[in-house]
Amino acid sequence: MKLEISGIQFSYRSLPILQNISLGVGDGELLSLVGPNGSGKTTLLRCINRIIKPRKGTILVEGNNLAALELKQLARFIGYVPQSAPESFPLTVFETVLLGRKPHVSWTLGQRDKEIVFNVLRLMDLDGMALRLFSELSGGEKQKVLIARALAQEPQVLLLDEPTSNLDWKYQLEVLALIAGLVREKNLSAVMAMHDLNLASSFSSKIAMLNRGRIYAAGEPGEVLSTVNIKEVYGIDTTIKNDSGRPYIIPSLPSLVTGKTAQRV
Amino acid sequence: MLFVLVGSGLLVALALVATATGSAEITVGDVAAAIAARIFPFLNLAISEQTSAIVWDIRLPRIVMGIVAGAGLAISGAAMQGIMRNPLVSPFTIGISSAAAFGASVAIILGAGLVGSEQYLVITNAFLFALLAAFLVYGLARTRGMRPETLILAGIALMYFFSAGTSLLQYLATEEEVHTVVHWLFGTLTGATWENILVVTVIFAACVPLLIKYSWDLNAMVAGDDLATTLGVNTRRVRTVSMALATVITAGVICFTGIIGFVCLVAPHITRMIIGADHRFLLPCSCILGAGMLLGADTLGRTVFLPTIIPAGIVVSIIGVPFFVYLILRTRKEYFQ
Repeated sequence: MKLEISGIQFSYRSLPILQNISLGVGDGELLSLVGPNGSGKTTLLRCINRIIKPRKGTILVEGNNLAALELKQLARFIGYVPQSAPESFPLTVFETVLLGRKPHVSWTLGQRDKEIVFNVLRLMDLDGMALRLFSELSGGEKQKVLIARALAQEPQVLLLDEPTSNLDWKYQLEVLALIAGLVREKNLSAVMAMHDLNLASSFSSKIAMLNRGRIYAAGEPGEVLSTVNIKEVYGIDTTIKNDSGRPYIIPSLPSLVTGKTAQRV
Repeated sequence: MLFVLVGSGLLVALALVATATGSAEITVGDVAAAIAARIFPFLNLAISEQTSAIVWDIRLPRIVMGIVAGAGLAISGAAMQGIMRNPLVSPFTIGISSAAAFGASVAIILGAGLVGSEQYLVITNAFLFALLAAFLVYGLARTRGMRPETLILAGIALMYFFSAGTSLLQYLATEEEVHTVVHWLFGTLTGATWENILVVTVIFAACVPLLIKYSWDLNAMVAGDDLATTLGVNTRRVRTVSMALATVITAGVICFTGIIGFVCLVAPHITRMIIGADHRFLLPCSCILGAGMLLGADTLGRTVFLPTIIPAGIVVSIIGVPFFVYLILRTRKEYFQ
């Protein structure tokens, strides 16, 4: 396994947020974390990234214990794509992607760093807008630039926090197809927090369903996305169809309406 | 690079013109000859002692001080705006100038100081109180993880505190003492000496390379601390060290010149509007612009209303504000949220 997470626990003061999380992600695998709001998806990503420090547990990338690494060394292993781009970011697209080389350089950039950035820009089809200001781009373009910046880090592991939550339907599909393709081609290991179960089903190699800070189910999409699991974790009745070997979930709308009405009464 | 070359060329030209400008009539050629005669004595250039004295003892010290002080104040402002992610921040808006003013007032009115003999009491007090303010801001902000909002709020609170202290001292002081304090507060390059310049230059030369080393980290931090952390930036360390360096530079300048605040705030903004917000270029280019602003303001202040000399701190604001407003209205780029 490229990324091995074992026994991660995290709490805000006495409130437990993550409890005994253990997961593994192999080469070329895209693991989606799904679960209701507050189930711990983003917190788990922040623990892997060391933005916050887990109380217990270990995280290994290719056998290296991340807790023992300097932040700069860590950033050479892990690239991160946030949920949304900052509203007003004053750099150009090129300068933003160039920031991805930050963990690899100290004072000045080398020719290789610039070549890597140009290659990533071409790969992501962003070379035509390299000199445009980041803040002038559309939501989908911004997200592509942030993915490009993470790729410029040349990471082994890619973490994505709901990377399509602010995008329209077309861009959601485009960005996810791009991520899944990059993970396969570059043999990365990726962990992605997702809300949309059908998109997670379509693009992930594995899914981990979180509920109240614990892993409720983990495995292939077909194993995890079952009517029973969804009912237990989300409280929603569903019908599941098979779409080319992957589950396609249709929520039972009458049950949702009835449920809400019943709660009000 | 173009900005650096053109800016440096203009700055040198401005310095020459500024040295040749004043109540005693000296040409740019005389200035160049006087400088060359001192640096290359083997050339045996014929320069009168009076011209040499005016150039070397009166005009050049304030011109060199204007350049170093303007550059120092501008880079401090640019660094502070970067680490706090706020366009209104400068070493002056977070209480450093108020503390320096208070320190100077204590020395002038009470004759008391932390260290130093009577001659240097105002300078050392201003310097040490400025550092004290930064230390207090740091101490307060450290309890909340050095977040920019906490730093700014703590700084503003201290700014009001020290301003009130200065006002209280002025209220209790004699008319003559108040006059001296107010004159110090104006901010001027009058009284610059080569010894003062050496101190400011050493501080500047020691701190600026370190600040520039952090320029990549500052770029990453513009997008927020979390994102910067994922790029390997220790945001807490960068914020602490950059703030300390910017404070030392500012304190080193204003303890000799008095309060010259506008350069700190505006020179980085104007530079950003011209060359963009990449701190790798913004920090050094702000130095050039800040130096030009302060030198230009001082030259105007000591020549336009002769025989009255208007302090550079006043001139730089009076001329700089309309220009800055024009740039704000003209530019369409938003550099901060």
